[in-house]
Amino acid sequence: MVSVALPQMSESGPPDPLARLGKRLDRARSTRGGEPVAGPDAAGGQQAMGLGLRIGVEFVVAVVMATGLGWALDRWLGTRPWGTIVLFFLGVGAGMTSVYRAVTGIKMAVGYRRLDAPEREPAKDEQDDEE
Amino acid sequence: MAIELQPLAQFTIERLIPLHIGRLDISYTNSALLMTIAVALITALIVLSTRRAALVPGRWQSVAEMSYEFVADMVDTNAGHGGRDFLPFVFTLFMFILFSNLLGLIPYSFTVTSHIIVTFALAAVVFVGVTIIGIVRHGFHFLRLFVPEGVPVVLLLLLVPIELLSYCIRPFTLSIRLFANMLAGHTMLAIFGGFAASVGVFAIFPLGINVLLVGLELLVAALQAYVFAILTCLYLRDALHLH
Repeated sequence: MVSVALPQMSESGPPDPLARLGKRLDRARSTRGGEPVAGPDAAGGQQAMGLGLRIGVEFVVAVVMATGLGWALDRWLGTRPWGTIVLFFLGVGAGMTSVYRAVTGIKMAVGYRRLDAPEREPAKDEQDDEE
Repeated sequence: MAIELQPLAQFTIERLIPLHIGRLDISYTNSALLMTIAVALITALIVLSTRRAALVPGRWQSVAEMSYEFVADMVDTNAGHGGRDFLPFVFTLFMFILFSNLLGLIPYSFTVTSHIIVTFALAAVVFVGVTIIGIVRHGFHFLRLFVPEGVPVVLLLLLVPIELLSYCIRPFTLSIRLFANMLAGHTMLAIFGGFAASVGVFAIFPLGINVLLVGLELLVAALQAYVFAILTCLYLRDALHLH
């Protein structure tokens, strides 16, 4: 017993600079306290802003691009109003689905997975929020 | 009044070294110069700061490590399993856009990302790359991306075109978002700067607004690089893991 206890004592004797730094860091973190709580909170706001900037463009571009595509198809095929009309509504649909997915947190423009899909474990989501 | 208000003049491309191959104009422009500076700065930051890598990092080394870890984290959480293979690409993309945006904020410099051709080229690389990765990984099965799960066959007639459309629109949303944000921000800065130059004593107000706007633009510059990179990760996940 004694022989086991002694090496441990002697090991803690000469202070390892890294271990000391680790201890100092731990102490600094514990005194600051609020840091881990405030971190994700502020990052959450930033992420929300990123999301807002994302979906603002999403809908408009979908509608404009689809309508433009329809117009071009009409000119090419000579089917005057129909391509524009059909693709306009498809564009509205595509824009809405994109925005809906971005907001519901599925976060995928196309090929979405169900929210209860096994591959999206909640632990990953929490890590996601930390950025 | 001698001051000209030309808020869009900052976006003109000038030929610094005219170069022509046949009828192709490949002049070295101010845009190309800023890209070169961005690439050189990023390379210098990463190479110089990690050359004498210490276990306890110094200032520059921690800048490099933090940016690396930030992107690595982003790829891990958003691109899912197997996304790490594409970390170098996403990191390069993120750093290039971030540095281009930030360099553009220096007065009298040029904002590369305020030109849609630049952002569209970046977005097109992402789009084509992701599509190729999806096809290589999944083959013909990749087309299932456009077929939502658990939907009646009749609705598929409507949903498949919508899915296809929203897939094809990705490079446009990706590029227009970045381009529009940079263009709008820099135009706004130039307009308020022009006000400040022309109203004499009251210049303090537009000047104050400009100070605030620069802060906002710094945020937008970082945020847009982040958004671009994170969307690349999400698109990669689509290609790597079909539903």
